Amino acid sequence: MNPVTPKMSPNVVSEAPNAAELEKTAPSGASAKLRSTKLNFYYSSFQALHEISLDVHANKVTAFIGPSGCGKSTFLRTMNRMNETIKGTRVEGEILLDNENILEMEVSHLRRRVGMVFQRPNPFPKSIFDNVAYGPRINGMASRSEMAERVEKSLRRAALWDEVKDKLHKSAFDLSGGQQQRLCIARALAVEPEVLLLDEPCSALDPIATAKIEELLFQIKDACTVVIVTHNMQQAARVADYTGFFLLGKLIEFDSTEVIFKTPKVKATEDYITGRFG
Amino acid sequence: MRAAAFQTAGGLSFRRRAVNVFMLGLTGVFTVLAVSILFFVLGYLFVQGGFSLNWNFFTKLPVPVGETGGGMANALVGSAKVLLLATCIGVPIGFLAGIHLAEYSGAGYASVIRFVTDLLNGVPSIVIGIFAYALIVTRIGFSTLAGGVALGVMMIPIALRSTEEFLKSVPVSLREGAMALGATKSRTILTVVVPAAIRGLISGMMLNLARVAGETAPLLFTALGNQFWSQGWRQPTATLPAMIYEYAKSPYEDWHRQAWAAGFMLLALVLLVNVTARSIIAGGLSHKTR
Repeated sequence: MNPVTPKMSPNVVSEAPNAAELEKTAPSGASAKLRSTKLNFYYSSFQALHEISLDVHANKVTAFIGPSGCGKSTFLRTMNRMNETIKGTRVEGEILLDNENILEMEVSHLRRRVGMVFQRPNPFPKSIFDNVAYGPRINGMASRSEMAERVEKSLRRAALWDEVKDKLHKSAFDLSGGQQQRLCIARALAVEPEVLLLDEPCSALDPIATAKIEELLFQIKDACTVVIVTHNMQQAARVADYTGFFLLGKLIEFDSTEVIFKTPKVKATEDYITGRFG
Repeated sequence: MRAAAFQTAGGLSFRRRAVNVFMLGLTGVFTVLAVSILFFVLGYLFVQGGFSLNWNFFTKLPVPVGETGGGMANALVGSAKVLLLATCIGVPIGFLAGIHLAEYSGAGYASVIRFVTDLLNGVPSIVIGIFAYALIVTRIGFSTLAGGVALGVMMIPIALRSTEEFLKSVPVSLREGAMALGATKSRTILTVVVPAAIRGLISGMMLNLARVAGETAPLLFTALGNQFWSQGWRQPTATLPAMIYEYAKSPYEDWHRQAWAAGFMLLALVLLVNVTARSIIAGGLSHKTR
């Protein structure tokens, strides 16, 4: 079922708006946890992102939607500098985390504060307990005695505790795909990140597992800011407070989810969410 | 016209079928030949060596010419010491260089390292022996140390390449998972990548050890050989392969039987290590796909 009610807005803009227009469309009032300003990103000579400027608001869920190859995942991976692991990449512009430029931060420190969950579940070949305890261990965040408590808390927040409490020392590979993905969320939450980035976290999961993850996103946003990239517009409509629409490496429109899905200002956004392309 | 065309095709097809069957048969026969050589060697060694093997072989020293009996206890211990030393030299060097090659080096520079490593792997074992001779024997004389260094150098290229291969087979997603939690690159390698590849790494090292365990040429003029126990690391020592060489070319029937027994032992050990290493890898695979 599509929650979208298409509505032709009278002043359709056929082209991507420039940065000045974007600032107008960006919601004001809420506090910016992450602020991207005129961000350009290059894979060698190919420019994947063009002048991306937006604010990610604290304790909200922000979703990025758009067709494949539009740059939404690239933008997400720029926020914790995961793209740096790929050779030949280059960033211009700035991203501020609480007014601090992430490009100048120590990268492992940044990634401790900005966690990430990937498209496919990627548990370590270790026990369930050791997967969750990995982050706190390497960051020296919990003593031996505190660890059990921290692991339990993280697994509870990821809505996985009841299913695994009796087999914490079994291999993480014994879990189903949906459970593995929630384990990865628990693993990310265990280091108490300020921001959690999720890169199409449900694309490899069935609808029931997807529903569980969407539900837990509501629970965790009281303690951290959530940014999710999704192929699935209904998912964005269900979970996100703010939605950004990407096309060909540009941020076409960014607004509250309600505005994006009900009264988009840009023609291309409307075409995409009503299924006319993509 | 059509019918004639079919006729021709039918005729050709018969010839082609015949050639096909002939080639299948020919390649099949040679496959059986290739495989049966292993069983022939195994069977011959088992019959000749298995019956010559007795308790004395493991516990007694070699006896002088003319006396019967005796064993190769000193060669067993000598081989163990040489291989231990070789492992202590070859494995750490190959392992650490393999980590560097797999995780840190750029593409161009990595291909140079790989090429040089393959060249080292292609150096004839007797030349490695000369190297160890010049480096060590000329200074402290024939010794366990010299033999261990020779075999250790031979282990480096395979240790390096197998480390590289097994580390590269660890999915990028695992590395990303660790780095996304704030792990540094070296931390990621030590706590996630190496543990994920550990079965492959261990079995690779075992196969490598089995490969050099039978090397004879570099030992002939490094460890030399010894009829008695070898003390410490600076004396010449008996080793199984060198002992086989020595005993097999002698004119004495009793020594021939000893050589067969030693050959059987060596083969049994190498096969055991091979099978164990392969079962470790297979176990790891079934664990992954589960």
